[in-house]
Amino acid sequence: MDTFNLIFNEVYKILFLLIPVLVSVAMIVWLDRRVWAFVQKRQGPNVVGPFGLLQSLADALKYIFKEIIIPASSNKIIFILAPIITMTLALIAWAVIPFGENQVLANINVGILYIFAVSSLGVYGIIMGGWASNSKYPFLGAIRSAAQMVSYEVSIGIIIINVLLCVGSLNLSDIVMAQQNMWFVIPLFPMFVIFFISSLAETNRPPFDLPEAEAELVAGYQTEYSGMMYAMFWLGEYANILLMCALGSILFLGGWLSPIDLYPFNLIPGVFWLIFKILFLFILFALVKAVVPRYRYDQLMRLGWKIFLPLSLTYVILTASYLFYFNLLPTI
Amino acid sequence: MISHAIFFYIFSIIAIISAIMVTVSKNTVHSVFFLILDFISISCLFIMIGAEFLGMIMLIVYVGAVAVLFLFVVMMLNVAQQKNQWFVSKENSSHIPVGLIISAIIFFELIIVIGGWKYRPELFNANSSQITNEVSNTHSLGQILYTDYIHIFQISGMILLIAMIGAIVLTFRQREGVKTQSYLKQISRERSEGVEVLEVPSNRGVKIDD
Repeated sequence: MDTFNLIFNEVYKILFLLIPVLVSVAMIVWLDRRVWAFVQKRQGPNVVGPFGLLQSLADALKYIFKEIIIPASSNKIIFILAPIITMTLALIAWAVIPFGENQVLANINVGILYIFAVSSLGVYGIIMGGWASNSKYPFLGAIRSAAQMVSYEVSIGIIIINVLLCVGSLNLSDIVMAQQNMWFVIPLFPMFVIFFISSLAETNRPPFDLPEAEAELVAGYQTEYSGMMYAMFWLGEYANILLMCALGSILFLGGWLSPIDLYPFNLIPGVFWLIFKILFLFILFALVKAVVPRYRYDQLMRLGWKIFLPLSLTYVILTASYLFYFNLLPTI
Repeated sequence: MISHAIFFYIFSIIAIISAIMVTVSKNTVHSVFFLILDFISISCLFIMIGAEFLGMIMLIVYVGAVAVLFLFVVMMLNVAQQKNQWFVSKENSSHIPVGLIISAIIFFELIIVIGGWKYRPELFNANSSQITNEVSNTHSLGQILYTDYIHIFQISGMILLIAMIGAIVLTFRQREGVKTQSYLKQISRERSEGVEVLEVPSNRGVKIDD
């Protein structure tokens, strides 16, 4: 009976996390289109529901009722597995995101490594989808995006090392608590900028959306997908974007901590601060999409390997030397 | 404890089955996918024995980077042409004795290691450090790796670096007639260099680019 209670409790907690994440994924799709439209002086989706809030719901309904077409020459098992893997990996990473003190599903010691591992697995959904479609455009898109994601993961990893040097722990709650005096965005501001750009590339967002560059590759790895399977790719992509925003706000913007530790701000629960920060980063993501033109592929690779990698490595050495010289290294 | 055993058997059965499927499956890409599944279940086993750092690093390095490159290479090959020719064709059967010798060597090595573990445990204890529960797995690993074994650690890093440079040197070709763009030149271009406003006389036109 005890085991049953425990399992029920865990399932309840997981659902309590998963359903808000899925709903907010649907909402930020709307927000993304809306911000994009406002930058370009358009209205954006504003018909379905108040302010067009139910647009994503309508889109989801449309996708559900569409026919799923599986190409005859595709590798059927892998073709079906690919969107499932993308979606699952985008969602399981949320297990270690802390929404407040002790408000976390799994408070594991290696939380940041877990997120890094899961996001590095995300490339498989794209490669599998591109290869299993057995068609030229998806394959080209898959190869491009695999190279892109692997390259930018390197610089993200080194940026994370910068933060870890200041914290002395791989636990995400510890990372947030280490920022009580000063958010890491202040001492590590160049790293924050590089992290933001790298996470744009990691989530295949414009200006780095080469995997699905519609002018050259139709829709990249998603070309052969239709109906609900396409929608799963899409949801997984946006869940990944939200995850990167959450990671950015935990690593640099102090997670659930309020910006000013004074009376009226203390009353707001930490969850809301985290949500504000995620939304802030997401609106930046959306603005970048509207403002910046797409990169050329060689420029993308050059930016990742020749600029971000040396820059972040140098900053690691700088941070380590600074902490060592002033005897600020965190103790265990 | 029972749930621990159940999870251990689930992961180890998946690991063994996928390891067998790597060698058995006819499609090479499927082999790589089974290899990835194998890596993932092995890292789950690592996490189950408390080595969470090793498990995560295994996921990041092997699954996130090495297996992606495997997949790249295998996908680029023409898979349809070489479907399981290993045992049927004559010219490729020379692989079999070599494979048998290597697997025999690995088998004997494993016997030596496991036998030594069972019958001479003091040899193993002399070289191993105790894991305490006071500090986390990552901390204790770092404290050993960066103090007692720092030279070995750095030498292995240097070997990897040399291997990387060697691979670049071997494959790098300086090709003739490649048109590259100078980014500095592109960025530092001014408006006055790019656009020129000309007074065009009617019926005569102007000549540009001569």
